[in-house]
Amino acid sequence: MPATKLLVDDVSMRFAMPTGLFHALDHIRLSVPQGCFVSLIGPSGCGKSTIFNIIAGLQEPSEGRVLIDEVDATGTIGRVGYMLQKDLLLPWRTLTDNIILGMEIQGVKLADARARALPLLQRYGLAGFERAYPNTLSGGMRQRAALLRTLLFDADVILLDEPFGALDAQTKLRMQEWLLQLWSDFHKTVIFVTHDVEEAIFLSDEVHVMGARPGRIIETITVALPRPRLRACTTSAEFIALKDRCLALLHDQPGQSIEDAA
Amino acid sequence: MTTLPQTSTVGIADKPAETAVTTDVRLARRLPVQRQWPSWAIIAVQIGILIGVIALWEIGADTGLIDAFFWSQPRAIFNTLTIFFTTGDALTDIAFTFRSTILGFLIGTATGSALGLSFWWSRNYAAIVQPYIICFESLPKLALAPLIVLVFGIGIASKVAIATALTLVVSTLTTYAGVKAVDPDSEKLFYSLGASRLQVFRKLVIPSCLPWIISVLRVNIGLALTGAIVGEFIASQHGLGRAVLYAGQTYDIALVWVAVCVLSALAIVMYLAVSWIERVLHRGVKG
Repeated sequence: MPATKLLVDDVSMRFAMPTGLFHALDHIRLSVPQGCFVSLIGPSGCGKSTIFNIIAGLQEPSEGRVLIDEVDATGTIGRVGYMLQKDLLLPWRTLTDNIILGMEIQGVKLADARARALPLLQRYGLAGFERAYPNTLSGGMRQRAALLRTLLFDADVILLDEPFGALDAQTKLRMQEWLLQLWSDFHKTVIFVTHDVEEAIFLSDEVHVMGARPGRIIETITVALPRPRLRACTTSAEFIALKDRCLALLHDQPGQSIEDAA
Repeated sequence: MTTLPQTSTVGIADKPAETAVTTDVRLARRLPVQRQWPSWAIIAVQIGILIGVIALWEIGADTGLIDAFFWSQPRAIFNTLTIFFTTGDALTDIAFTFRSTILGFLIGTATGSALGLSFWWSRNYAAIVQPYIICFESLPKLALAPLIVLVFGIGIASKVAIATALTLVVSTLTTYAGVKAVDPDSEKLFYSLGASRLQVFRKLVIPSCLPWIISVLRVNIGLALTGAIVGEFIASQHGLGRAVLYAGQTYDIALVWVAVCVLSALAIVMYLAVSWIERVLHRGVKG
């Protein structure tokens, strides 16, 4: 059993609203072992993004702590890589210069940062686009670049907030396989937020199913499917059983609208 | 034969709708097409109109249909133009107006942009200063021109000051709008990477606002010229604005036209130059 890399220790988040106190997160406890890939799924408004903001230090929790390598990291920024659904590539920078943004902010010399980025661009399907500007690239390539930017920022923990949510179905499947390859190459600890149950199971070692109002973890499902995973495993009996279990948990929640459970 | 209910939507499967559309091809309307002339033809007509107007003006003045005392006439204007450029103050006046316009444009745009960008640093500071900026914007700044001339004297300083006052507010407000439009998610990304505020400002806020700053350059060059001319109207020893005013007061209508034409030429040259700079800068920003 590898050591715990990230521990979200009993975190609660409350906001004062005109209608009273709003419980965005209620005693969240999330323990992620080193090198693990875990997913959070849940209805809209269950506080998935709030958890990410708290882990990334962009919001202070009302209660609880965030520990990285058993050291309190609550409210400190620059400790984890964070990728949002939008690629957020800067239009005035070339692809290479976008990817090195994290290193640049950390004070790495530009020439060194570029030298580190170039082989990765070539290895991960962006060869020939090193000096291209983001507006000339397809959605899939932009998202790849955003992911490389997150990985090149030297953090062991990577937060991915619905990174493939805006892509078309085929691109999404290819991106998932690409992500698994990157994950095994880089040995990062990944926390992945998605609405897509199949995506969550296909990628993860563990799936945390969340409930809304207040945001909490209802159940943690371990995915024991062997790795490396091929697309074919999504039709196995074991996979379908896991999927049914997740969907049942999501559907059982009161006040669910149709698109929330998708 | 058609068993579809009356309420069915009109579509390909609908027999009656199909026949209604395709009854008679000869009666069908065609997409209107506008034939475009070649560009040389357009230019030829434009030159033709210009020559025609000048010719009519000349003939009208000669035959007495147009009062040459008030309107002057092309021949006299051309003669005055030659005199203005050979023995007159043409170059001094052009240089004077040009210099005050450019200085006012640069000072106003730079200060305004810097002021607009500075609002990013503190929301409180922005909230405190904003009403004053809006007051200053709604103020008819040209009405203050006599005061400015009184304070800065009749030299170039007062012209630069009026041009600055006109351009500064436009730049400030536009840049501030750019600051407010900086993508909050991008800001979030920068902070998640551990960026300092200075890094966010230099690497995100300034580049995001550059298109906004550039977009006012063309407006500002026109405003700066207006400011410089008004300054010259009030009190000045040089400049094209002063030439227009002087010519008007001495009933030298031909000189009024000459000065106005030279002024327009100057405006066009500056406008084209700024448009070119704008394009170059935009290419640099967008890549």
